[in-house]
Formats: sequence, structure tokens, C-alpha cells
Amino acid sequence: MSFITRGFSGRRGDRDPRLPPGQTLVEDWPVLSAGPTPQVDTADWEFVVRTENGAQTWSWDELRALGIEDITTDIHCVTHWSKLEMPWRGVSLDTIWESVETDHDYVMAHSYGGYTTNVPLEDLLDGKSWIAFEADGEPLDPEHGGPARLLVPHLYFWKSAKWVRGLVTMPSDDPGFWEQNGYHLHGDPWLEERYW
Amino acid sequence: MTAVQPVAGTARHRPAAWHVATVAASLAETPTARRIELDVPTWPGNDAGSHLDVRLSAPDGYQATRSYSIASSGEGTRVVLAVDELPEGEVSPFLVHDLRAGDQLELHGPLGAYFIWTPPDGAAPPRPVQLIAGGSGVVPLYAMASAHAKAADATEFRLLYSVRTPDDVFFRDELAALAGVTPAVRLDLVYTRRTPDGWPTAAGRVTREVLDAATLSAASRPLVYVCGPTPFVEAVAGWLIDAGHRPGDVRTERFGGS
Repeated sequence: MSFITRGFSGRRGDRDPRLPPGQTLVEDWPVLSAGPTPQVDTADWEFVVRTENGAQTWSWDELRALGIEDITTDIHCVTHWSKLEMPWRGVSLDTIWESVETDHDYVMAHSYGGYTTNVPLEDLLDGKSWIAFEADGEPLDPEHGGPARLLVPHLYFWKSAKWVRGLVTMPSDDPGFWEQNGYHLHGDPWLEERYW
Repeated sequence: MTAVQPVAGTARHRPAAWHVATVAASLAETPTARRIELDVPTWPGNDAGSHLDVRLSAPDGYQATRSYSIASSGEGTRVVLAVDELPEGEVSPFLVHDLRAGDQLELHGPLGAYFIWTPPDGAAPPRPVQLIAGGSGVVPLYAMASAHAKAADATEFRLLYSVRTPDDVFFRDELAALAGVTPAVRLDLVYTRRTPDGWPTAAGRVTREVLDAATLSAASRPLVYVCGPTPFVEAVAGWLIDAGHRPGDVRTERFGGS
């Protein structure tokens, strides 16, 4: 590209090849939220999967009893920061989906507080997503989506719905809250699918 | 499971795109911040409160991109930013210290269709608006207050602005002017480190009591916009909910860390 901003050289060492284009490494953990942080007690928390065939509900203890995995993954926020090698714990969506039957190809993730984000089912299954309860060895803070958030680390992090309360399958890829407000329908950080 | 829906006036959709901007002026805003005025001939205009990405490119192809709120709004091709220096940052020190008139950079935007305010369009009853800013978080809220004044809109507007010292106030003259026009934007300043001489209260952070005393009550169902560092936004938004504001009426934008 021929465009140059006069005088700019940047303060980089070798660029980490794990960083997608347009991303900057951070050591802390910034917060992106559109409204107040919901406070959800794990005693009241429940997780629902609803398909064209009906709904299933798990309590906090029931979901965790499905089997918790340790995950180490990089995460990438649309606001240009990334964290590398971050430890998480959660239940794989593959495990949850063992008891789910659907012909739908898309999912709307719903959160306590009313937010929604859409994700293709193929981006959630085969080891690609979790319902996560812990990050960096600690229970997930409410401002980071606790008590539980969806974790879909190969997509921009708004897809990893904070305060997740359920997944609703759908036959078409309808936009959620974030996508209706300017974010990309899919959100692959390696393709810089940030905005539409 | 109900979804959160936008409730302000109707935003006009302006597709986000890349634009080349030329710096028209770079002015001292505070001791640590610059007001950067950009000429962007292809800019489609933007709603008050939206943001953009700034991309800088080095001669060897290295690029760095950061998001900034836009201080201006409307249909013009002059885009105004106000950038506070993060001393450990990579982009903001360059924008604050090195950028000068005539330089070019790339913008992607306008971005964001939720943390925006548009004048009432008659389709829905106007809502009073409470703006709450911490530090440089005032930038998108200043855009909203300016848009309100420009539209000669009668909606009640208040701004609570928390800032370290009198020297750190962004848009000081413009905010004073907005407080003096009709319909006015009522301005309440809270100084956290040092107050002006003769100020009636001691320096200190916004507390629950300050918030209750200096903002529109939940009973008047205002639309509330909060922008600032994450701890500020978390505290204020929590107190607003405790005071009876509905979560869907409180829109937040947080910054810090990157």
C-alpha cells in the first residue's frame, strides 16, 4: 500500500504472528459493554437451549456437572486489542449439544440484560465454543460477563456473549443486537470482519 | 428473552468505509490532549456519539489502528477528534505530539449505531437526556450536547462531567456556551483532584450522593449516556440502576487498557 502517515514509525518489536491484522497486544483486560453490568446470582442462573423441537434447561450445577474443560486460547476484540494464551474453564458446546436435535444452521445467543448476538452453528461445534465460568484462574467477573459467558475465541469477542442465558436455534442468520448496531454479521478477526 | 432495542431517534444509516483525512488543524485542548480537526472530503456525516478507527501507516508498511469517539456530528466533511495522550500508548502520543496540519491519515467509519443521540423526529415522544462523562469520555457526550443545541431541540439535557482539575476540562468554552443558550444544556462539573478557586465543594470523586444530586431523577425516565474509564462507568451505571433507572435506558461506553 502506498499510503503513509508522515513521521509515523510505531513502537513495535517483532509483530507476533498470532495477532490478526489491526490488533494490538494488551496485558490487562479491557471491557466492551453497551449498558450496565447485570448482576446474576448463580442460584438464579439457568441456561436454556431452544430449538424447533422444544427447550432444555440446565441449572448452574447441572451445566457444570456435564464436564468442565480447561482451554487456553487467544482472544480478539473488535476494538483492536488482543490477549494471547489466556486460560479459561468451561463446558464445551459439543457436550451440551449431545442432547440437542435441530435442523437449524444458526443460533442466536441471548444474555441476561437482553443483548443478543448471532452465530452460525458450525462456528460453535467441533471444539470451537464453550460456556465459560472462569478466566485467568478466577470466577468470571460480572463486568467480563460472569457468572457465565459464551466463549467463541476464533471470532471477535463480542460474539462471546457475556451473561449468557441461552441459545435459540434459527433457520437463517438473523442479526443480533450488536450486529444491528453496526458490527459484522460473522466477525472473523483474520478477515477483519469488524463492521458492515 | 426480549432483546434490547434502540429507543432514541432514528439513526440514518451511513455505511462504514475507509476515508483519507487531511489534518486541517491540531490545537491544544488540555495539557495532555489535542483537538484534531480533519478534512475528509468523502465523509458521509455522522450521528452524535459515534466513533471511528484511525489507521496510521509507517513507510515499511507497519500499521496501527485505534478507535476514537467523534466530537463533531452532522452532514459536514470536517471531522473533529479530541485525543488524550496515554503515555505508554503507541498511537495517542503520535497524534498528540507529532501530527500537524497537512498530514494525512486513514479513517474507517462512522461506527456505532447504539451509543448515539439523534434529535426527536416526532415518531416517538422526546426523552430527557442525562449525559455523564469521566475525563476524555466527554468527547461523544459533547457531540450529543452540541447536536441538541444545533437542532434547537427542547429536550431537557444535563451533563455531569467528572474531571481531574480545571485545566483538564475538554471543550471548556464550548460547554460554557452550551450552558448559556436556550434551550440550555445544564452542566455540572465535578473536580476529582483540584477545584477552581472559590469552588463550593472540595475536590473528590463522583459518589452515589453526588450522582443523585446532580442528575435527572429516574422518575423523569431520562435516556442516560455514560462514557469514561471502566471503573467510573461500572460504578456510575450500578448506582443509576440502584436509583431506579431501567437498564435499557442506560447506555455505556468504556475505555481504558489499550
